[in-house]
Amino acid sequence: MYTQALNTAEADDRSLEDAGRAAQFQARIDAEERIEPNDWMPAAYRKTLTRQISQHAHSEIVGMLPEGNWITRAPSLRRKAALLAKVQDECGHGLYLYAAAETLGTSREELVDAMLAGKAKYSSIFNYPTLTWADIGTIGWLVDGAAIMNQIPLCRCSYGPYARAMIRVCKEESFHQRQGYEIMLTLCRGSDEQKAMAQDALDRWWWPVLMMFGPPDATSQHSDTSTKWKIKRFSNDELRQKFVDATVPQAQYLGLTIPDPGMIQDAEGHWRYSEIDWTEFKQVLAGNGPCNRDRMAARRKSHDEGAWVREAAAVYAAKRQARQTAQAAE
Amino acid sequence: MATPNTPLWEVFIRSRNGLAHKHVGSLHASDATMALQAARDIYTRRGEGLSIWVVPSTAITASDPAEKAMMFEPAESKIYRHPTFYEVPEEVGHM
Repeated sequence: MYTQALNTAEADDRSLEDAGRAAQFQARIDAEERIEPNDWMPAAYRKTLTRQISQHAHSEIVGMLPEGNWITRAPSLRRKAALLAKVQDECGHGLYLYAAAETLGTSREELVDAMLAGKAKYSSIFNYPTLTWADIGTIGWLVDGAAIMNQIPLCRCSYGPYARAMIRVCKEESFHQRQGYEIMLTLCRGSDEQKAMAQDALDRWWWPVLMMFGPPDATSQHSDTSTKWKIKRFSNDELRQKFVDATVPQAQYLGLTIPDPGMIQDAEGHWRYSEIDWTEFKQVLAGNGPCNRDRMAARRKSHDEGAWVREAAAVYAAKRQARQTAQAAE
Repeated sequence: MATPNTPLWEVFIRSRNGLAHKHVGSLHASDATMALQAARDIYTRRGEGLSIWVVPSTAITASDPAEKAMMFEPAESKIYRHPTFYEVPEEVGHM
């Protein structure tokens, strides 16, 4: 009986201590302090961030595929060099983000394996195909534009390594959006066929891009705690509205029509878009988008084909290490 | 063959002549040569650096943030180490 009573007391003490630490942690967040890898943090904070940062990293890496598709077919050397640099940047962004995710205690190998096994998600937008050169312009203009909208507030995220990675990413991302808009501008100033190509790309990408901001606030499952922990500073719908308001004038300048006949500007100047088809979003998220299988197959193939490089580098490093040790012993 | 996890390195970059190397992030590489090349490709794509240091992450010993109160206490109480602790009459001017 006593043992039991003691155990209960101990358990209570532990949860009290945790409650105390959790309160201290929240106080640090409220005071806008940054949390660093070795600081105490609630297990759920660690888990949420590992999920979010690794998904973000996977998205950057998978995001190289739809654009890489057009590197060899870019219409000029200038465009080709820019696209190549952009795809290299996406790779770099993936690596900054994996490094930030790893500081939470999961190795990059484990994170990548979870993605390749289909257990971790990446942004649904990359499950759409890039059918024409205008898609490359649209991705830069809208997909990267939406990503910037999402990522700028993340530069002030409570977790230090994530915030610092986002600052680097945002600096580089603005070139991506501008080069995309320039492609669209060139097409829109070109022949009727070129302008039609630009319009067609906008028609196909508009709704998927709006879905990038995630489910509407009323149904989003992660938002509440993420807001409390200052991982998230604005809601999905707030960011989506900001994006739409910024994009409409850009489309007007290009002379393109946003494929939403119901869109109206309200008294405050906000552009009100029509209902988003969330069944499509859920379908793509569930693996049934136009390119889900292709993207996963491409990632797995590339990972498998790179295995010998990783093995060779590890063996070479071990051999050199052994030689150095032997020389030191002589 | 099971490949061991590729070691982690911390990257420091001197951005301009006269400045100190500053930590910019980390990366994975199997040896120092590859770590330097990867650091160049990942962290200096826009001419951000004049010089790079890579250090195996395992070689870093860090102070424990939970102990920071005790660790830095000796400096807290020594306000006489700051110039503002000392009084200089206004007539003397800037010193």
